[in-house]
Amino acid sequence: MLSLSNYPVALFREAPMSIGLNSIVLVAVGGAVGGMARFGIANLFARWVGGAFPWGTLAINLLGAFALGWLASALNMGDAKQPGNFWLIIAVGLLGGFTTVSSFSLQTLGLWQQGAPGKALANVLFTVVLGVIACGVGAWLAGGGL
Amino acid sequence: MKMLATYAAVGIGSGLGSALRYVISLLTMGTFGSVFPWGTLLVNVAGAWLIGWLAAHFAKAANARITHWQPFWVAGFCGGFTTFSLFSLEAITLARSNVTLACVYVLASLPLWLTAVWLGHRYATRR
Repeated sequence: MLSLSNYPVALFREAPMSIGLNSIVLVAVGGAVGGMARFGIANLFARWVGGAFPWGTLAINLLGAFALGWLASALNMGDAKQPGNFWLIIAVGLLGGFTTVSSFSLQTLGLWQQGAPGKALANVLFTVVLGVIACGVGAWLAGGGL
Repeated sequence: MKMLATYAAVGIGSGLGSALRYVISLLTMGTFGSVFPWGTLLVNVAGAWLIGWLAAHFAKAANARITHWQPFWVAGFCGGFTTFSLFSLEAITLARSNVTLACVYVLASLPLWLTAVWLGHRYATRR
């Protein structure tokens, strides 16, 4: 029974009564690990395939979207009113910090300014279309119960 | 050793960015409710502006004491602050109850991110 007033926006249906320091620390720890993993993978991709196209960021965002869709479905987040510690550290922190919109936007702008509008457009389409599909496929593989 | 310090800087920046993203999500949920993911939209647009500004700022800075901070702010803070995975999850969750609103979310986000990064970049290079 999903209605507009109570569907879970990414995290959960209701904001916690207070913003607890514990939950902020959990998100920060997960975000730190996710950010370092992103940095390492982006560097590896840059070394392997060069910097002509931001393959690293694309792979990171698709992988992160897939994993988060899978996790949300496996944990049945649609039924959760408030986030548990595991969700905070792994989903909001690690996978949230692993994926990035800022690098994607900067790299798209870079492609455009280098005179490669086709590549910029391809980056946008690949990221958004495949990202949303990856997230949906992840959720579907875990049983579909978001 | 230098590599280790760079990873540490990215980790700390990303942790702080992620924590701030979470706090902003909670505050926007408290203020605007949870019908539309305002928090994620806000952090992604703000983070895109910031990375555009920072990238131009670091590119023209010849001073090593300034460029030293690049991993912390760019790959660290901006990377952790913005999120593509939660954006995707919000889009498909939204689509289950309201396909139109989900489309609005996705189609509004893209031009806003890209305009923001362009404006941030321009703001830093114009001065």
